[in-house]
Amino acid sequence: MVSNVADYKTEVHNDWCPGCGDFGIVSAIQMALAEMEIPRHKAVIFSGVGCSGKTSHYLNVYGVHTLHGRVLPFSQGAKLANPEMTVVAVGGDGDGLGIGAGHFVAAGRRNVDMTYLIFNNGVYGLTKGQASPTLKLGLQTKSLPEPNVNQSVNPIALAIASGFTFVARGYAYDVRQLKDLIIAAVKHRGLSFLDVLQPCPTYNDINTRDWFSGMDNIDEITNRPRPRIYKLEDVGYDPVVHIDSPQEENEKLTQALIKSNEWDAKIPTGIFYKNDIAQSYDQRMAERIPNYIENPPAYQEISAAGKSITDISKMLDKLEV
Amino acid sequence: MSSIDFTWVIGGPQGGGVETAANIFAGACAGCGLQVFGKREYYSNIKGEHSYFGVRVSDKIIRSNVSGITMLVGFDAETLFRHADAVFDDGAIVYESDLSGLKIDEVHTLDAQFKERLVKYLLSKNKPLTIQGALDAAKERGVVLYPVSFKEILANLSDETNNPKLRGMFRMQNVLAVSISIGLLGLPPETLLKSVGSVFSRKAEIAEMNKTAANYAYNFATVKYSKFRYQLSQIPKEEHVILAQGFQSTSLGKIACGCRFQSYYPITPASDESVFLESNEIFEVENNRPGSTLVVQTEDEISAIGMIIGASLTGARSATSTSGPGFSLMAEALGWAGINEVPIVVTLYQRSGPSTGLPTRHGQDDLQFAIHAGHGDFPRIVYASGDTEEGFYDTAKCFNFADIYQMPVIHMMDKFIASTVSTVKRFDPTKITIERGKLLERIGEPEYKRFTPSPDGISPRSRLGLENGIFWNTGDESDESGHISEDPENRIYKMDKRAHKMEIALDKIPKEDQVINYGVSDFCILSWGSTKGPILDAIEMLNKEGYKVGFVQIKMLHPFPAQYVQSLLSGVKKIIDIEANQSGQMGSLLNEYLDKKVDYYILKYTGRPMTCNELFDSIKKIIDNKAEKKQVLTYGV
Repeated sequence: MVSNVADYKTEVHNDWCPGCGDFGIVSAIQMALAEMEIPRHKAVIFSGVGCSGKTSHYLNVYGVHTLHGRVLPFSQGAKLANPEMTVVAVGGDGDGLGIGAGHFVAAGRRNVDMTYLIFNNGVYGLTKGQASPTLKLGLQTKSLPEPNVNQSVNPIALAIASGFTFVARGYAYDVRQLKDLIIAAVKHRGLSFLDVLQPCPTYNDINTRDWFSGMDNIDEITNRPRPRIYKLEDVGYDPVVHIDSPQEENEKLTQALIKSNEWDAKIPTGIFYKNDIAQSYDQRMAERIPNYIENPPAYQEISAAGKSITDISKMLDKLEV
Repeated sequence: MSSIDFTWVIGGPQGGGVETAANIFAGACAGCGLQVFGKREYYSNIKGEHSYFGVRVSDKIIRSNVSGITMLVGFDAETLFRHADAVFDDGAIVYESDLSGLKIDEVHTLDAQFKERLVKYLLSKNKPLTIQGALDAAKERGVVLYPVSFKEILANLSDETNNPKLRGMFRMQNVLAVSISIGLLGLPPETLLKSVGSVFSRKAEIAEMNKTAANYAYNFATVKYSKFRYQLSQIPKEEHVILAQGFQSTSLGKIACGCRFQSYYPITPASDESVFLESNEIFEVENNRPGSTLVVQTEDEISAIGMIIGASLTGARSATSTSGPGFSLMAEALGWAGINEVPIVVTLYQRSGPSTGLPTRHGQDDLQFAIHAGHGDFPRIVYASGDTEEGFYDTAKCFNFADIYQMPVIHMMDKFIASTVSTVKRFDPTKITIERGKLLERIGEPEYKRFTPSPDGISPRSRLGLENGIFWNTGDESDESGHISEDPENRIYKMDKRAHKMEIALDKIPKEDQVINYGVSDFCILSWGSTKGPILDAIEMLNKEGYKVGFVQIKMLHPFPAQYVQSLLSGVKKIIDIEANQSGQMGSLLNEYLDKKVDYYILKYTGRPMTCNELFDSIKKIIDNKAEKKQVLTYGV
């Protein structure tokens, strides 16, 4: 059994900018895989297009770097065909909430048992810093010719509204917390969403590491910065749907939506919502196809000595004249 | 007895039971050993617009429709207005007698262009602008009229069976109309009742009620009317004949050849296939656990193709099914499958484009698009089936091509095949082979590289979950392991590796799978896809009149078997290109790849499939040297 973090690293040269938040995320994924002792060939990382898209090349497990915005369709297809795999999808905020927003919503409705991380930095880095769907209205990051004219989308709220059953936020510079969140997300049976705040040191000169740490907001008495980031678990927040009742579910959804609106002065991280009662897609599928989990598409025998072994005679009988 | 060739057409508002009636009629005829070829025409609409179903019946093999109608059945005004003129002079019309006073202007679903033509026609015949006028114009030509009051039949049936509910069951007029037709045509009632039973097999009570009505109407017709001048008769039944719709052939092919994952987004006419797959999602497997197809309805076609690529990476045979607009959305991902050498099958049920086009009508509009879809140079195979039977066996071939050559395969089908109901030889799954190429079951050594060089350009293929088989894929150009590489030498290696597979495919795929040669002659037809049926029927008609014409059906359109086609055509003097599109898309391929150029085009792009008569006339004109370079066919409403 492999359990060394080093085993999950490739030798591919990493070309992210110095100081990029992505490094922390890749480390957290490697640490999480090692801690869960997932055999390398039983894990697959799917990625979208953009800086975050390169993530799959830096992890020594199966890696599929897909198309811009399409990481969820590719990864769901793989998970549904082979439910044994541990599937983690990663992509940027433009990838998942701009060009891929339709897939984001549809994936929530399905609740396939996998994990999706968005590297959220407010800009399209690889194309030199245009505003992304999560950049707040009126902000002008350094390469924007004019301030952002669009409202931002709230990823946590959108995930909750779409039906994700595990919704959390991490911070790229808190690798330990992020690793724990990834482990919780992977272990959750259903679709898990992790919004990872990931400062882009090159193009987002507003939501910087210093900004998240509160360097612009010094406490006059202690002379220390007031960090924006805090942990939900530290304030006694309970994200879990404990009982199977609409009222319980409504309460948990509502408190998560309210929390998701906190920004600027205080930014919560941790688990916003967790529902283990809702059925995942594979569980629903197994109700229709009883041996789906043991005999999924990837493992079905279809031929013997080059000949079909599927019996379609009953279907043909129905068409006989 | 002279041979039977009879066309029965039933029309009515969409949702009014036209399709059910046609299926009963087709089943009743097929049950008597007759060959059946039926096609459905409908508007993009749920309820109310005009739809009709034409069923051609014969004691010989038939593969197409004819121009004209032997017996027309109409229980609504629009059917009579639109089709009365197409009834042969010695044909018949069975119609609801209450309708005769209706005026053209009272039928709101008639479009302005058609109304104008109809008014002009009736005025020229000196007839009133009513149903009666249209019927009288037909009667004058010799057409026999059978006025029927369906209301009265229902009332009598209700009294006789002591079932007051029946009185208001106007939905049943379709069953009554079929049964009257069968009675007039002299077929026995047993096969009719069996067919009614099987069409309504899902609900026993409804089946019984309809059988009672069918029996009543059948007897009513045989007692009340003298027999129609054309009579159908039972002939010895061939064994193992099925009555199938085109979309069922690709579905059954997929199940038989081991496609275990299909995702799709609803679109006409492709989604019938996915619905059939889901309806039959669990099946028996020899000496094994039950198998299943996972059918996933996605949020759009981009997701549909994305999912099958993901599924294919696990080693599962995976496919999607779509039509033009959906295929347009799939173009980018098709390239991803190309650059990463992922086997997928896209079953492309073409319809009339561009854009939404004629969404429920036929067309072979997407050949050039299928060949070129997606940016950049990447390999793919484009393969076209000519009819329902080919659809079954070709589906299995397409999956083999995808697995062996590790590339996307686009299987061209179309609306004509999809909605044709015909008698075909029962599909034989023992005739298909399953070849998975270089797909690996296990990997011993840990140095596996997905894109390792190989003389044929095809590398051993791992799958997600295989120990020692870890690989990377990317839409970027990549090295042998699958990691991003912009190295110029590697770029040449990878581009040439992928391109080389096309040459290998062209070389290895048996010639008889690439092209079907029905015999060449001075005049030679070249075509692809569903024009096959009307062409073969037209050639039979031409041969009877002493005309000789050859026919070469091209099934593999990309990579194009240029050398082989060239060799077949060596003695040919004139090439005739026949296609259901406006620009002659395969003709462009011929002009690009062959020494000879296309001499004549016969094209149809009204959205209605070609009839054998239309082709007969236009080919004859060419041989008689009376044809323009391009003839455009127009038959059908």
